[in-house]
Amino acid sequence: MLLFTVRRVLSGLFLLFVISFLAYLLLSVQDIDVGQQVLGMGARPDQIDAKNAQLGLDRPMPAQYFDWLGHALRGDLGTSWYTGEDINQTVSTRLPVTLSLMVGVTLVSGVVSFLAGTWAGLRQGGIVDKGIQFLGVLGYSVPGFLLTLLLVQIFAVQLKWFPAIGYTPFAESPGGWLSTITLPVIALSTGAVAGVSQQVRGAVADVLRQDYVRTLRARGLPPHRVVLEHVLRNASAPALSVLGMQFVGLIGGTVLVEQIFALPGIGSMAVTYTARGDVPAIMAVVMVSVIGVVLINLLVDLAIGWLNPKARAAA
Amino acid sequence: MTDAPALTTAADTPPTAARGLAGRLMRNPLGATAAAFLAVVVLASFAAPLLAPGDPAAASLKDAFADPSGAHWLGTDSAGRDILSRLLYGGRETLLGALVTLGIGLALGVPAGLWAGYRGGWFDAVADWCANLVMALPAMIVLLASRAVIGPTVWALMIVLGVLVAPAFFRLVRGIVTTVRGELYVDAARVSGLSDTRIVTRHVLIVVRGPVVITVALVAGIAIGLQAGLEFLGVGSGDTPTWGAMLNEAFKSIERAPMLLLWPGLALGLTNAALVLLAAAMRDALEDRGTPARAARTRRAPAPEPARERKDASPAVPGQRAALLSVRDLAVAYATPDGTERRVVHRVDLDVAPGEIVGLVGESGSGKTQTAFAVLGLLPAAGRIARGSILVEGRELTHAAERDYRALRGKTLAYVPQEPMSNLDPAFTVGSQLTEPLRVVLGLSRKEAATRALALLREVEIRDPKRVFDSYPHEISGGMAQRVLIAGAISCDPKLLIADEPTTALDVRVQAEILDLLRRLRDERRLGVLLVTHNLGVVADLCDRVAVMQTGRIVEVGDTARVLHTPTAPYTRKLLNAVLDDVPARAPWRPDPARSTA
Repeated sequence: MLLFTVRRVLSGLFLLFVISFLAYLLLSVQDIDVGQQVLGMGARPDQIDAKNAQLGLDRPMPAQYFDWLGHALRGDLGTSWYTGEDINQTVSTRLPVTLSLMVGVTLVSGVVSFLAGTWAGLRQGGIVDKGIQFLGVLGYSVPGFLLTLLLVQIFAVQLKWFPAIGYTPFAESPGGWLSTITLPVIALSTGAVAGVSQQVRGAVADVLRQDYVRTLRARGLPPHRVVLEHVLRNASAPALSVLGMQFVGLIGGTVLVEQIFALPGIGSMAVTYTARGDVPAIMAVVMVSVIGVVLINLLVDLAIGWLNPKARAAA
Repeated sequence: MTDAPALTTAADTPPTAARGLAGRLMRNPLGATAAAFLAVVVLASFAAPLLAPGDPAAASLKDAFADPSGAHWLGTDSAGRDILSRLLYGGRETLLGALVTLGIGLALGVPAGLWAGYRGGWFDAVADWCANLVMALPAMIVLLASRAVIGPTVWALMIVLGVLVAPAFFRLVRGIVTTVRGELYVDAARVSGLSDTRIVTRHVLIVVRGPVVITVALVAGIAIGLQAGLEFLGVGSGDTPTWGAMLNEAFKSIERAPMLLLWPGLALGLTNAALVLLAAAMRDALEDRGTPARAARTRRAPAPEPARERKDASPAVPGQRAALLSVRDLAVAYATPDGTERRVVHRVDLDVAPGEIVGLVGESGSGKTQTAFAVLGLLPAAGRIARGSILVEGRELTHAAERDYRALRGKTLAYVPQEPMSNLDPAFTVGSQLTEPLRVVLGLSRKEAATRALALLREVEIRDPKRVFDSYPHEISGGMAQRVLIAGAISCDPKLLIADEPTTALDVRVQAEILDLLRRLRDERRLGVLLVTHNLGVVADLCDRVAVMQTGRIVEVGDTARVLHTPTAPYTRKLLNAVLDDVPARAPWRPDPARSTA
C-alpha cells in the first residue's frame, strides 16, 4: 500500500510539472507587447522596454519558466503584471470560496448519489430508479449554468429565499455563509448527482449479478448484510472513479456558477484575469485547478486500492 | 467450452448490429422524436437568412422589451432586437461551433484510437499517457486560458475544445479495438494476407462505428453547452448573435424581463436533451435490449400452481417421497423481454435421500442448473417457480418466504458453485468470507469462527490453512478456491449439498481429488448430495442414482449402474455414445446431425 501511494504521488507530481510547462509555453506565445499593454498607448519605447525587463519578459521562454517554477516551488506565485497585486494573496482570499463550493458539492452529491443509486440498483424499475433515470437525462442534457439560471430565477428573484449574488465568509457569519452557498451548491450538485447516481446504480446492479453474491446468500447470509458488506464495497470502486471524473467537469461548472452568483472565487478569477494575458495569475488558476484534480484522483485511487485488494496488487 | 458460443456471437454481431440501427431507432418513439427535433433545429438554423423575420442585429431602443406581436413573434430583447431572428442566427453559430469541435475531436481521436488499439506498443503507451493528461485538464479553465493567447474568438476556442474531447473518442475506439483485435474474424483476415491498413478500415472500423456515433451525439451536447457557457461569460466577439450571448444579455435584465431567458434557454436545453435522448436511443438500438421495467413485473408474478396428480406415465418412481429432498412436478419459468414467459424446466421429479449422491446430468441448457437454483430458492429476478412442490426434510418450500428459506440455507441446504474464482468476493480475504456465515448463521464469536474455519480448511485437505485463510481470492489457485467453496458450503453442517458442476472448471488431477473429497464428506457426515454435471464419467465414479435431463425434462432416472449399462431413453444412449467418442483412441470422425442441433 505504501509503494502504491508513493507511485501515485510521484505520477501526480510529474503530471503537474508537465502541465505547468505546457501551460507556460502556450501562454508565452501570445504576440502582444505586454509592456505596452500594461503602460498604455502613451508610453515611450524605453519605458516599455524597462517594463518588459522588469517583468523578465526580455529573457528566453525556458529561463522565464524555470524562474517561475523556482518561485512556485518555494510557494511564491508572483505578482500580477497588470495590477501588481500579490497572487498568493489573491489565491488565499479566493480559494476558501471555491473550496466551500467544492466540499459542499462533493458531500451533497456523494451522499445523495450513493443513497439514491444504491436504492435504485436494489429496486430496479422502482420509483427511485425511474427518478434517477429522469434526472440522468435532465442532468446530461441541460447545461449546468442553464439550470443555475432557473434556480436563481425561482428561488432568488421570485421567492427571495436566498440572496441572488454575493458571498459571506464563514468566519463572518456561518448563517450568512450557508445562505450564500446553498443555491450554488444545489446548482452544481444536480449535474454531479445525475452522473454519479446512475453509475452507482449500474455498479450495484452489476455486483448483484455476480456469482459470489448468490453464493453468499446460499450460505444463509441475510440480504441486507450481503448488500451492505459485499455489494457496496465492490460497487463503490467504480462509483468513486466516476465521482473523480465528475470533479474535472465540476471545476468548469464552478467558473460559471461563481460568475452567476458573483462569488469571488478561483472560477471568477479565471474569467477576470484571462481577459488580459496576465500570465502569473493565469498560471496560478491553472495550477490550483490541476492540483485539485490530481489530489482528488489520488484520493480516489487510494480509496479504490483500499477497497479492492486486486487493484492494490496490480499497481 | 462455455466460452465458445459467446465468442462466435460477439464476433458475429458487431458488423450486423450497426446495419439496422437507423430502422430500429425510428421505431423507438423517443429516439424518433429527438431525431426529428434535431432535424428541424438544423434546417431552421441553416435556413436562418430565409426564415428570419428581420435583421438579428437591428437594434431599436423604442422597441426594447416588446411583448410578442405580429412584427416580433417572440418579442424583442433589451436593445429592441427581434428574438426569433437572433435565435435562428444563433443556432447556426452554435451548430457550426459544435461541428468544428466534433471534426477536430474525431480527426484526432479515432485514427489514434484505431492505431493504438490495433498495434499497441510505444504509440499506444504515448497516446494513452497524452489522453490521460488532457483528461486531467478542466476544459473551462483551458478554454479561458486559451483566450488569453488567441483572443476572444469562439471559433478558435472550439478548435481547442476539439483537442480536449479527442480523448473521449480515443479511449472508446482503443478499448473496442483492443477487444476485437484478438477475435477470430480479424485473425482470419490477417491470415488471408490483408494489410493492416485494410483490416483496420474494412473490419475494425465497422465495429467502432456504432459506439462512435453515440459518442458524437453526447460530445455535440457537451460542445454546445460549453460554447454557450463561454459566450455567457462574455467570451466572444459580441456582434454575432448566439444562444449563450442571448442568455448573458437576458441575465443582465433578469429582474426586469425574466421571460427573456426562456427562448434561448429552451433552444439550448431542448437541443441538448434531444442529443442525449438520441444517444440513449441509439445505444438501446445497438444493444437491442428490453426495458428494465419488464423484469420488475415478474417479481409480482402469480404464485405457483399447486402440484397436481399426474395422469401420464412419469419416468420417476411415483409414490413415496425421499426424506431429505423431494421435488415433484417442478416447472421453472423465465420472463422474456417481450413480456411473455418461457418455461425452462417442465414437470421435474427428483429425490435425494440422506447419505445418497444423486447425479443430474444433461447438456448445457437442459435445465439442470435452473432446477438446482429453484431448490435453493435462488432463481434470478426474472425467474420463478411456475408450479410444483419442493420438500426439504418434509417442509414445503415453493411458497416459503425469503426469511424461511434463509433459515434453511447454510444449516440444511448448501451450494457448491461451478466457477470457483467468480464465486469468491474479490474484496475480502478467504478467512473473512468463511467466518462471516459462521458468525451470522451459527452465532459464533470471531475467535471461535476463525478456529472452526481453519479446521474446515484442513478438512478439505488444504495443506497450509493459515496462509489460505489470510489470502485474497486472487492469490490462490482455482483448485484451492474450489476447496474453499466446499469448506464454506459445509461450514454450517448442512444436510443436503447441491453441487453445480463442481469440477468442470478444474484440471483432471484436481477434479479427481475434489470428487474423492465429496465422497469422503458424504461418508463421514451422511450428506445428501445433488450433483449437477454434464460429465457421465463423474456420474459413474460417484453417484448412487442418476437422473438424465433433456430440454427441461427428466427423461430417465435410476441406479447409476442400471442407467449406464442398460439405458432406456434414446437421449441417454446418445450421451453415452458421446462419451465413448471422447476416449483417447478415437473412432473415425463421422458427422452426427443430432449433436449439432442440440
